[in-house]
Amino acid sequence: MGFGTILLGIILVNNYVLAQFLGICPFLGVSKKLDSAAGMGVAVIFVMVLATAATYPIMQILDAFGIGYLQTIAFILIIAALVQFVEMALKKFIPALHKSLGVYLPLITTNCAVLGVCISNIDEGYTYIQALVNSAGAGIGFLLAMVIFSGMRGKLEANTSIPKCFQGVPIVLVTAAFLSLSFMGFGGLV
Amino acid sequence: MQAILTPVLLIVAIGFVLAVILTIASKIFYVPVDETVANLRAELPGANCGACGFAGCDDYASALAADPSIGASKCPVGGADCAAKLAEILGVDAGSADPQVAVVMCNGNKDAAKTIMEYQGLSTCKAAKQLFGGLNACAHGCLGLGDCQAACPYGAIMVCNGVAVVDRETCVGCGICAKQCPNSVIRIAPAKNKVVVQCNSKDSGAKTRKACSNGCIGCKKCEKACKFEAIKVEDNHAMIDPEKCKNCGLCAKECPTGAIINMRAKRKPAAPAAQAAEA
Repeated sequence: MGFGTILLGIILVNNYVLAQFLGICPFLGVSKKLDSAAGMGVAVIFVMVLATAATYPIMQILDAFGIGYLQTIAFILIIAALVQFVEMALKKFIPALHKSLGVYLPLITTNCAVLGVCISNIDEGYTYIQALVNSAGAGIGFLLAMVIFSGMRGKLEANTSIPKCFQGVPIVLVTAAFLSLSFMGFGGLV
Repeated sequence: MQAILTPVLLIVAIGFVLAVILTIASKIFYVPVDETVANLRAELPGANCGACGFAGCDDYASALAADPSIGASKCPVGGADCAAKLAEILGVDAGSADPQVAVVMCNGNKDAAKTIMEYQGLSTCKAAKQLFGGLNACAHGCLGLGDCQAACPYGAIMVCNGVAVVDRETCVGCGICAKQCPNSVIRIAPAKNKVVVQCNSKDSGAKTRKACSNGCIGCKKCEKACKFEAIKVEDNHAMIDPEKCKNCGLCAKECPTGAIINMRAKRKPAAPAAQAAEA
């Protein structure tokens, strides 16, 4: 399978947030402002690629011992440690990046989208390079969803004609559903 | 037995390796925390009001530690005591932190201001302002529905008889109320200035007089009375220069409508804040 097909598939058709409903928590929680939404998106791309790079070899070890069923717990362990490590390294060497990404990194530690991409890479039977491309694509798809949704929420904030019963969380969920519906239009493209 | 032992050992091994890596990393990547920032932060009141111009107490403390020349006296909540302590930590001069208070530039209470409607809508100033500019005939004055009172974290501003009144003893001058007021009636001024113009109307004298009996009509009597050239009438509205004003109160005596209040004299019932402070 070509890299282009993988990227197109994971960004638009099987978008992690809007088509597979993974990582909804940060999608709703951090999308109030465009800059924090973009920051979170970039951090997710970064962590997804790193997590795949680390978990793919571990899966080979697990398979070698015939204990593939420990995938979930081993991956969670690895991802959590990795994010901690990356946060410390960033703080030391690139303080500017740590300042902009830092607050989002602990949030990502237990993000199901990151765990999801690591597991689906294995399930799809990708090679190491394909898995890395797929992870980057999943992160870009997340960033895309975050940026589009933060724009929509910006419009919602300015709108004063929302009925009282819809104000706050309900209208956000309805809007997210519409955005998800529009992404369903990409179905069958790949 | 083997079936249990292998996975357990493997997971423990992975966990152990990761723990060792993280422990080593935390030593290698150790970033010394600046003690000055922590000390400065401990002295700040922690109200996080943003009156210093930074995002909060944490932000001010780190900015101050990085560059002491921005001044240790920016916190109006902590006042002079706080500035002195901050300066001591930094080892620089405190600079003077003039205490500031909120001043309501309106005395259009229920007895003085004419209303144009019986407002029964949502009881906030912002909502009332949407409807023909508010319930009062004067579109510049205090709407008296207490957005400022609700916003004040210190309980220093209260609506009495349809107009907001500041308790100058409790007020720290953070300016949160001033941001809430849809008519921008509240301004932050040095606390040493006790003579204030309690009117915000820029309308012509005749129009102001029709709308409110306590309004400034721009007659310029105060301007002539002031011996220090501290008062200027612009746009039908008297303004006192806080730097030049000596709190003599001559202007307040001259004012035909009572728009200028001398809080030092405490003669008029229109200055309940000063009375409350004394009581």
